[in-house]
Amino acid sequence: MADILAWAGGGFVIIGAALSLLGAIGVLKFPDVYTRIHAASITDTAGASMVLLGLCLIAGLSLTTLKLVFIWMFVMLTTPVSANALANAAFGSGHKPRIGAFQIMRTDERRKTPRGVDAP
Amino acid sequence: MITLPASINASLVLDIVLLVMLLVVAGAIVRTRSLLAAIILFGVYSMISAIWLVVMDAPDVAFTEAVVGAGISTIVLLGAILLTRGETEKSDWRKLIAPALICAAVGGVLIYAAMGLPDLGDASSPANAHVGRAYLEGTAKDIGVPNMVTAVLASYRGLDTLGETAVIFAAGIGVALMLGFGPRSSLASPPSNLGDRHVTLRVAAKLLIPLIALFALYVQFHGDLGAGGGFQAGVIMAAAITLHALVFGLRETMAAIPSRVARSVASLGVLIYAGVGVVCMINGGGFLDYDYLFPPAVEAQIPGWILGDGSHAPHWGQHAGILLIEIGVLLTVTATMVTVFYGFAGRTVDDARREAKR
Repeated sequence: MADILAWAGGGFVIIGAALSLLGAIGVLKFPDVYTRIHAASITDTAGASMVLLGLCLIAGLSLTTLKLVFIWMFVMLTTPVSANALANAAFGSGHKPRIGAFQIMRTDERRKTPRGVDAP
Repeated sequence: MITLPASINASLVLDIVLLVMLLVVAGAIVRTRSLLAAIILFGVYSMISAIWLVVMDAPDVAFTEAVVGAGISTIVLLGAILLTRGETEKSDWRKLIAPALICAAVGGVLIYAAMGLPDLGDASSPANAHVGRAYLEGTAKDIGVPNMVTAVLASYRGLDTLGETAVIFAAGIGVALMLGFGPRSSLASPPSNLGDRHVTLRVAAKLLIPLIALFALYVQFHGDLGAGGGFQAGVIMAAAITLHALVFGLRETMAAIPSRVARSVASLGVLIYAGVGVVCMINGGGFLDYDYLFPPAVEAQIPGWILGDGSHAPHWGQHAGILLIEIGVLLTVTATMVTVFYGFAGRTVDDARREAKR
């Protein structure tokens, strides 16, 4: 039983690591600040949750698991809020989304703008 | 199946990965022209250092590095950068030759010297053989607290820690003398950008600030038993106050904790620390010799169930002394950090320009 739990926990840790990797790739590849925040917050929430869940399974019913649950609650309380604050600040300082319904740049303009530079 | 040599273990791989990350971040700090990016990267550097210190089995140092380097100093530097231009000038490469040569020479000497260092955890190395061994062997007998770092820091080396506390206090006063104790004229009007857009931030901050303060107290009073103590707890407490100022505005925070309260508490902490030492002297011991903190008549009155399981000498004086001086450290560190933050955050660009003209 303990073996199965440890294997399942390891699986969850690997899933969390894969999600974090996806988030990192997204931060590098996505076109504008909002989509990048989206990718980064996947790392912070889903990736961290999966890793913590996996560690809980490995630790079993113990004080360590309780501490991990507290860490999870703290992560869930802080990282979505920080992503929200970041997006809020970006919006407040006039960054415009590059894709989606609020797209304001024409395709030819977007090709000319170097990557990583946001529309004025 | 490939078998690795026994010298390559998980700890070594972690060391190498973390040190490479440190190098990469250091390179990025040197290369970037944006001061904002440099400050954030400094925070990343501190966080990786903290993780590395955990790998090196130094949780107390890692704790301090995380809360000071990645936490409060980032915020203070961000406050400072609001008053500057935010970008460095592009420097002439010829001006960089001499500093580069000096860096290379110092680095070479350090690498050469590092070859002569004893191995990690070598029991016969000078650091572990003489005083260090005496502390390790004596802590259970002389002090009676489980965390030997706290025993060394607060009791064996209490005088040094008093000096550190006084240095922090002096640094805070120095910053306050340069930048002032709080808001200047332009802060008199309420901040305008706190509309309803920030409601998420405000709700989350209201939930978080009590939790952070509670955690600071846990770190404070758990310092005898595990990683933690007055320095770390003080910075965490200051982070809670700073978070309040960042979300609700400096005026609200200064209404709750006025600047004069902050600087009084900063000096009160040093006073408590030194006062404990003086009480020990009055009772016949040396300065900060906690065994003499209680007169024998008082010590006989303390019931046995308060501390310990009776397996070693109770050391009431040591426990109480460490507790008291850690409270002094907590008060000084918290109030100094808050004073420094007030000094930076209370200035606006307009203030800086006006004073530059004068």
